[in-house]
Formats: sequence, C-alpha cells, structure tokens
Amino acid sequence: MSEFIEKWLPQFQQATVETFQMVGISLLFSIIIGIPLGILLVLSRPGQALDNKWLNHLLNLVVNIVRSVPFIILLFFILPFTKLIVGTTIGVQGVIVPLVIYTSPYIARLMETALLEVENGVVEAYTAMGIKTRHIIWNVMLREARPSIILGLTIATVSLVGATAMAGLVGAGGLGDLAYRYGHLRYEVDVMYVTIFILIILVQSIQSLGNRLATRLKKD
Amino acid sequence: MLMRLSFSKGVTYVIRLENVSKVFTVKSKEVKAVDNANIHVKKGEIHGVIGYSGAGKSTLIRCVNLLERPTSGKIVINGEEITTLSPNKLGATRQKIGMIFQGFNLLKTATVYDNIAIPLKLLGVNKEEVKARTEKYLAIVGLQDKHHHYPSQLSGGQKQRVAIARALAQEPEILLSDEATSALDPETTDSILDLLLKINEEFGITILLITHEMNVIQKICDYVYVLEGGSIVEHGTTIGLFTNPRHQTTKKFLNTISQRNLSATLISQLNLSGSVIRLTFTGLVTGKPLLAEVSQKFNVKPNILAANIIELKNGVIGNLVVHIIGEKSDVESTLRFLQEQGVGTEELRDEN
Repeated sequence: MSEFIEKWLPQFQQATVETFQMVGISLLFSIIIGIPLGILLVLSRPGQALDNKWLNHLLNLVVNIVRSVPFIILLFFILPFTKLIVGTTIGVQGVIVPLVIYTSPYIARLMETALLEVENGVVEAYTAMGIKTRHIIWNVMLREARPSIILGLTIATVSLVGATAMAGLVGAGGLGDLAYRYGHLRYEVDVMYVTIFILIILVQSIQSLGNRLATRLKKD
Repeated sequence: MLMRLSFSKGVTYVIRLENVSKVFTVKSKEVKAVDNANIHVKKGEIHGVIGYSGAGKSTLIRCVNLLERPTSGKIVINGEEITTLSPNKLGATRQKIGMIFQGFNLLKTATVYDNIAIPLKLLGVNKEEVKARTEKYLAIVGLQDKHHHYPSQLSGGQKQRVAIARALAQEPEILLSDEATSALDPETTDSILDLLLKINEEFGITILLITHEMNVIQKICDYVYVLEGGSIVEHGTTIGLFTNPRHQTTKKFLNTISQRNLSATLISQLNLSGSVIRLTFTGLVTGKPLLAEVSQKFNVKPNILAANIIELKNGVIGNLVVHIIGEKSDVESTLRFLQEQGVGTEELRDEN
C-alpha cells in the first residue's frame, strides 16, 4: 500500500493539478464566451428586445455545428486554429482552445434554457416601468435565472472534466491520460481504479457544490 | 393642434385612445385583436373594460403603455401622442404609468423590500429616497411587517399588494390594471379593490382596468366599456349601463351579478295573462311607492317576482321584476307612466 502511494503519488498529484488547470482555465473562457452568447440567443428571438431573425438563425447554426462534432474529432480538426491562437498544439495550452470551443456553445445553450425559464411577465413589468433593456438583462433576467445558471454551469463543468480525459492525446496530461497510459496500456489496474475513484469524488464535489449554491439562490 | 382641440372643449383627458386597432398575423392570417377602440379617461376617474377571454382586453390595455404597439390609431397620454416618441422619451412616459398584472410579476429571488427598491434604483432614484418610498408604500398597502419575506412566502393577495406598492413607488399618474384580481378569491378581490379605491382617492391616480368580473366594475368603476371581438360594443357610465344595458353581452355580464332573468318557460306562461317587466330604479325614484300608484291609476295588478339592490360606486340601483297582469293597452300605458317617472323598463320575453 505504502509502496503504491510512494510510487504513484507524484504522478497523481501532477495529473490532478493538470486536470484542475484544464477545467479551470477552459471553464473561465467558456463562461466569458458562452454567457453573452446565451443571452444573445434569447434576446434575438422573435418578440424579445433585440428581435432579429437572421442573427438568431446564424447563432443557432453556429452553436449546432460546433455541438455536432465529438470532442475527440474537434480536437484534431481545429489544430491549425489552435496553433494560430496559442502558438502550440500540444500540452495544457494546446488543449485549452478546443476545450473552450467545445464548451462555450454548450454553456450558451444551457444559458438560453435558463433564461427562457424566467417569466416573461416580470420582464414585461420592468419594461412597463420604463426601465432600460440592459438593466433588465442584469437585474431581472440574469438575477432570476441564477439558480438555473448555476446548475447549467455545473453540468458544463462535469462534461468538461470528461472532455479533459482526451487531452492526453495532445500530451496535456491530466487524470484521464494517467488512467489511459498506465491503467489501460500498461495493465496497471490499480492506477485505473484510483483514477476513477478520484474522478468520481471530483464530479460528486462539483455537483454537490452546484446544487447547494443553486438551492441557496432559489427562493421559491 | 390636438392639445388645443381638447382644451377648447374644456376637457383634458389623461388617457386618450383614438381609433386604436391591433392586428396580429398568425400563420399568414390576419387576426384583429383590437378594432377601432376609443377610450377617454379624465384625471382621477376609474374606467373599466369588461369582456370575455379572447375579447382583446389584454391587448387593448397593453397598447396604452405600448407593451403592444397598435397597428393604427393614436395613444395620447396627458396630451402627448406616445406612439411616435423616441425610446428614451417613451421610458420617461412609462414611468408615469404604473401597471399591475394578474400574475403579479414579482422577482422571485428578491425580498418584498427589494422588489420595490430595485426598480427605483434602476430608475435613478437616490438612496435615501428609495428607502423612504419603499417604506412608505409598503405601509400604505399594509405590508410594513413583511420587508424581509420572499414572494413565495406570501399569499396571492399579499403578492398583489407588493405589486401595487411597486407601481405606486414610481409615483405614477396613471395605473393600469391587467386582470389584477382575477387570480384571487372573492374576499381578497374585495380587499384589493378597496385598496385601489383608496389610492385613487388619496393620490388622485387615474385608473384604467380590464376584467371579466362584473363585481369589479360594480365596485370601483365610474365608466365601463364592453369589449367583444376586439370592438367596444357598448360604453357608458356604470350607472347608465347597469340601468339600461342595450347590448346582449352587457346583459349577460349583468346576469352574472344578479339574477335578472326568469326561465323562458316561466315567462311564456306568465305572458299569457300580462307582461313580465323588469323595472330599474335609480336615485330619487327609489323613494316613491310607484307600484301602488300604478294599480290605482290603471286597470292592472302588479305582482313582484324578483327584486334586488345593486350598490355601485356612484349610486344604488333597484331592480324589480314584476308580472303586470292586465289588458295589453293598460299594460302599455302603465309602462309609459313609469318611464315618465324615470323608471327604466324592459319587457322580458321568452327568447331571452
């Protein structure tokens, strides 16, 4: 037991740190892109503040196209683009770009669903009071959608953890990579078990944290 | 030009809808939700639009603050045509028009206090004023002890009070009420109507409301519009409409608050020996013993079948359904006499 720990601890530590890095950084960028995109998806709908059929169609098309491509394919398909943006296609840096491109449209969709749950009547009441659209977006739509937004981001984070497992293919490391290289290719079954155990704990923690936060924000 | 026109008549209207129509296109078919509606509300009055669901009431009231843009016609608020205003100016006009809704439309994630304070902050009211107004209007609606509650912890009536306080806190000149009592039980409805009357009297706020409940009209409205199929089919003072309804729809609505009609078979039986007449008494006539006089003066015997009294905001109306037994010519002169005395008469026939 202690032998196993001594042998593998540094590897697990490093892999965990890499996973956290990949998830953290890509989540941040995905939120920065995904939330405004989600808001735009809602506002450009017919009858909404920015009612614009073409913009709405275009955004939907883009989101659907990206969401159609499995991550493993996306990872290789956009290699030239990745190179252009971060100057490399390997390592943690190289995997951030595909992860962000994979996750932002997903977050945008989840945002859209969350924002559509906000009662239109409340938005209407605020419009009737003569309050500006940008104030309504912040203080009514995003505020009221907060619990659903948090739950949406929790789902996105969990799926991001899953996507990072494929990051090993471009040498970015992480827990998935550890399990694949040692657990699968070298028949180190124990490494596989431990990795899975760590991943379960990680996903559980993310989900519980999200649930708790959402419940606290929800007042009905 | 329009301003001068209304001044020259010596009347200024706070709300004026001129030939307002709203057409929706649904699957390339045109649906006229509002058809050529005219509404004129003077300062401090309470006007009500009544109609069945689908009559276009909601669309009509939403046209007043341009939540719905009319397809044609003019909306004039305080002498100003608002359909052509810039977004900024429209915002300023909307601040003068409070609105309450059937579904209350409060922020679920905010406390009662914040539900009133947040819009004020967003409208640029300064901090102390926000606090002062929020506390003042919550006290007016009787919720001074509920500052820290969330809407989900309140009853329907209390939620509507929060919504009313929110509307009042903008200190509007006009209040629009979109079926504000329709989701409430009768007792709560009454208390909300009392509150609306109170704010109308205390703050002189002009109110335009829509409803499908005749008791709302009865209790607080000065003037009524009956809406059907998007058109105003009848309008008049509440007393006028209650005493002398002309349109079938108006009569149907009146039947909802008091039984005005007898069954067709009963009427046809009674009509063999005379006429079944509804007499409507308003104002001073209520004091005279007219039926006794009638039986002495003419060769008829009135027999009272049903009677009720309806209390309106601006008066009391007595309704009497009488079977007048006698020859046709005698019955006719009786009716003429009653009409001369200021009593409304309406012959009930079996097809009603």
